[in-house]
Amino acid sequence: MLTKRIIACLDMDGGRVVKGVRFKNLRDAGDPAECAAAHARSGADEIVLLDITATSSNRKTLLDAVRSTAHSLFVPFTVGGGIRQLDDAAAVFDAGADKIAINSAAVRDPTLIGKIAGRFGSQAVVVAIDARKNGAGFEVYVAGGRTPTGRDAIEWARQATACGAGEILLTSMDRDGTQSGFDCELVRAVAGAVSIPVIASGGAGSAPDFIEVFREGRADAALAASIFHFGLENIGELKSELRDAGIPVRWPC
Amino acid sequence: MIAIVDYGAGNLNSVKKAFDHLGAEIVVTSNPETLAAADKIVFPGVGHFSSLRVLDQTGMAKALLQAASTGKPLLGICLGMQWLFEGSEECNEIAGAGIFPGKCRQFPSSVKSPHVGWNSVTVKESARILQGIAQNSFVYYTHSFHAPLVAETTAATEYGLQFSGAVERGNIFGVQFHPEKSGDAGLSILKNFCEL
Repeated sequence: MLTKRIIACLDMDGGRVVKGVRFKNLRDAGDPAECAAAHARSGADEIVLLDITATSSNRKTLLDAVRSTAHSLFVPFTVGGGIRQLDDAAAVFDAGADKIAINSAAVRDPTLIGKIAGRFGSQAVVVAIDARKNGAGFEVYVAGGRTPTGRDAIEWARQATACGAGEILLTSMDRDGTQSGFDCELVRAVAGAVSIPVIASGGAGSAPDFIEVFREGRADAALAASIFHFGLENIGELKSELRDAGIPVRWPC
Repeated sequence: MIAIVDYGAGNLNSVKKAFDHLGAEIVVTSNPETLAAADKIVFPGVGHFSSLRVLDQTGMAKALLQAASTGKPLLGICLGMQWLFEGSEECNEIAGAGIFPGKCRQFPSSVKSPHVGWNSVTVKESARILQGIAQNSFVYYTHSFHAPLVAETTAATEYGLQFSGAVERGNIFGVQFHPEKSGDAGLSILKNFCEL
């Protein structure tokens, strides 16, 4: 049976893993290669490395960090941040990423999704969407949550899928870093609107949060950072709780 | 020397890295002569079946079939395994190698496509490159088309239906999943291939 994936996310700033709350107040959480290897050993199904300040400081992804993290990682590895054109994506793949995540650049130019998918396959293109509740709907933000776009998250997810995205990485900005549970309303709305897998992100705090987002949110995968970095939740223990609750997971690995 | 076939599509880095990690001597090549000189061949693949068109244009398809006919171990990964079948609905005008019977097809509409993530395999005990892989081990898949179950299926996976996760006949092996991304289980499979 296809299992629900637990994805460990490393937010990177200046070559170090950091973690903030609602995209702000960043704290140091270690070296990316060491963090990634430790998460993989403890049962993470995938690793995502996001260079969170690449776009806002207008520079390219830190390829050395990508290379060293990829070096001895044998689970899927996604890299995002600072990818603005096909050549940037190619450089990140060349440094060892299996998938790239694009956010701001895809909103600016949706044809970028198809360009990267055309060369590397749709399975290698993750469209990351940062969304915040706005009235009855959810609004898409870009540039690391700094800039509202006026676009509806569900419509954008549909369009990204049609453009050739292989997965949607959906982050609730309202829940990011709060450990108060995933935004199941947002996740369910997007998961029901697209045919490709949806990775829920933002708000993971405890095993029941994951159970809820898989059951109620219909997520295909769930991503977390804070709770794994600071040792609040061991991925193995989390997976064992999920398995006991009847959620199919890769455990033991 | 293991030759990893580079036909210009997708990203071979992860496959190369896994063999490097196992200490195998490898060469990444798009040259039919290098293939002929190699002891073993790995044919990875990601992306669309139409990207295989270049195999015929460059003489690579012929070189692969020629190498396979000499008894050299050949491992097709993902799209590389699909090529070992007769073809794929993804691109009907391109023929596969036809080493295994049947065509690759889409998943039923009851499940999301692509099939992405870790799924379990039911392993046939006689499988040579799956030696030591426990029943229901998890491996990482990412694909939109699947190969049918055939007499040579050595691992089956369920996703809307049962399909071939791995096949083998003589010196020809195929895996639909990505052993280079399947943690320790995947590395064991690649190690088995290195030790054939």
